[in-house]
Amino acid sequence: MNRADVIATDSAPRPAWQMYRAMVGVGVVCALLIVAVYLATLDVIARNQVEALERAVLEVVPGAVRFAQRDDLGQPVYAAFDAAGALAGIALEAQGMGYQDTVRILYGYDPAREQVVGLRVLQSRETPGLGDRVETDAAFRANFAALDVRLAPDGAGLLHPVQLVKPGEKTQAWQIDAISGATITSSAVARMLAASAAQWVPILHARRAEFVAPKEATDGD
Amino acid sequence: MAIEQRDAPAADDLLKGLWRENPVFVQLLGMCPVLAVTNSAINGLSMGIATLFVLVLSNTLVSLLRRAIPREVRIATFILIIASFVTVVDYLIQAVSLELHKSLGAFISLIVVNCLILGRAEAFASRHGVSRAVLDGLGMGLGFTFALLCMGAVRELLGSGTLFGVAVLPDAFQPWVVMVLPGGGFFTLGALLLLINHMQARRAASAIPVEQA
Amino acid sequence: MNDASLWSVFINASLVNNFVLAYFLGICPFLGVSGKLATATRMGAAVTFVMLVAAGSAYAVNLLLEWAGVPYLRLICYIVIIASTVQFVEMLVKKLSRALFRALGIFLPLITTNCAILGLALFQTNREYDLAQSLVFALGAGAGFTLALVLMAGIREKLELASVPDVARGAAITLMVAGILSLSFMGFAGLGAG
Repeated sequence: MNRADVIATDSAPRPAWQMYRAMVGVGVVCALLIVAVYLATLDVIARNQVEALERAVLEVVPGAVRFAQRDDLGQPVYAAFDAAGALAGIALEAQGMGYQDTVRILYGYDPAREQVVGLRVLQSRETPGLGDRVETDAAFRANFAALDVRLAPDGAGLLHPVQLVKPGEKTQAWQIDAISGATITSSAVARMLAASAAQWVPILHARRAEFVAPKEATDGD
Repeated sequence: MAIEQRDAPAADDLLKGLWRENPVFVQLLGMCPVLAVTNSAINGLSMGIATLFVLVLSNTLVSLLRRAIPREVRIATFILIIASFVTVVDYLIQAVSLELHKSLGAFISLIVVNCLILGRAEAFASRHGVSRAVLDGLGMGLGFTFALLCMGAVRELLGSGTLFGVAVLPDAFQPWVVMVLPGGGFFTLGALLLLINHMQARRAASAIPVEQA
Repeated sequence: MNDASLWSVFINASLVNNFVLAYFLGICPFLGVSGKLATATRMGAAVTFVMLVAAGSAYAVNLLLEWAGVPYLRLICYIVIIASTVQFVEMLVKKLSRALFRALGIFLPLITTNCAILGLALFQTNREYDLAQSLVFALGAGAGFTLALVLMAGIREKLELASVPDVARGAAITLMVAGILSLSFMGFAGLGAG
């Protein structure tokens, strides 16, 4: 049977319509398959993405229990609310070049306290054991529990720009201690946070009253 | 007697991919994912299973359609079939776990250009019946998964001191960070190939006297 | 939107995250064609050329797919345009220059199944590069691929004369050398940040 197949296929060239028929037929089967799976998984994937985002937002804004996305400011901004429906903080994304590749972070800003209240690395390819300590190092992460980003009196910029200092030399609330052995990655994180905060904190602080909890039930899925 | 004759090739179709014709260690096919995603055992295993899935399905469909596909357009058709199944697997993985999808990254899509899959479609599935094609895909896929799992386990154990995320080595062990870096992938595969070459050389050496006897 | 500067995209694609040594894309030709220096250079040139054309086409096709709202056809479309790009480049080169065709000809069909090309198209989509960034990314990736291939070929030509143990000949020793090359390329990390 094996040999018969080979002989049959090696015989005279087939008419063109047979090739068209085969290609179109396979194309139709494949198209049906892809669309069916795409439609079947669409809802699950969307729910997974919302859940992942929710976990990240609630982690960088302590005390928050739900969040609402806002897209009209030029970059997605996630307002997070506590159980009573009051604004607990606003989370937003920043990115920049790390040691190896682009690093993306999500950080939470609390307009009432005028502080950065949490930070989480969303994506990085930094060297394991060195650069990836920005994700795990407890002392470094403690920098972002209450980082001072007060506005200058005119409201147009930060009173003190976010600043990176050598490991263990942090004396002011707006400074970030670098990690020794991971200086480039920690300075990259500090730099992207400083740039993003300088741009967004004045805007978010000025419009903080606009962020109100949506009326829906408080228990999301 | 008749049963034995029918059983022998079936078992062989399945088993040859596992060791004798192992796609990674013996045929050196599909090296990109073998090196790229095996920095942990779980990544290696998931990538292996995704490839196995695509391989079995594409072998099945190619074998079913083998009489309807003209020789002249067969490669284009095979690629179309493989690309469809890879797209399907990509969405399925996203549905199962976004984390996993993130850690495998673009390498799920790159299953399309894994020479192993096109190779099996062309060399085996387009010439044999469905049941043998499925067995062949299963065997080759399992062999591939086995190789990826080996790589991932070795690199994770030495590079992070863990296995499937569970710490197995004592705290005193200083992880060899190099093993989870790209360079470690090359070293591990090189070392495994050395080991296999050595085993084959020994088997060949011990086989000669038997043949002479 | 990705706001990386063109220079940083180029340095990253060619040195810091070298396609072959950090992403393991294009390993097959890397192990297969890196035996001789002359062939390695030509293969590198052919790949760079196809990458540039494929990056431009992939960018256009992606715009079309987004406009049509069918992201799930991306992979199939990319594979099809890469295969046809290679065919097209082959015909073009044959028409334009016999000498170039003789130099690149035999490599062109091999490039269709080179995962570096598809990887390039997928990465540029994932990172949301604009057209200029995509082309510079392709140029950098091609340059990095060529560099890795040429370095490897140079080493392997010397290795011919070394006494390598029998069990290590072939793929095993090549992989070990590639590992050392990959480690040394890690020294470039941090370059693209500036």
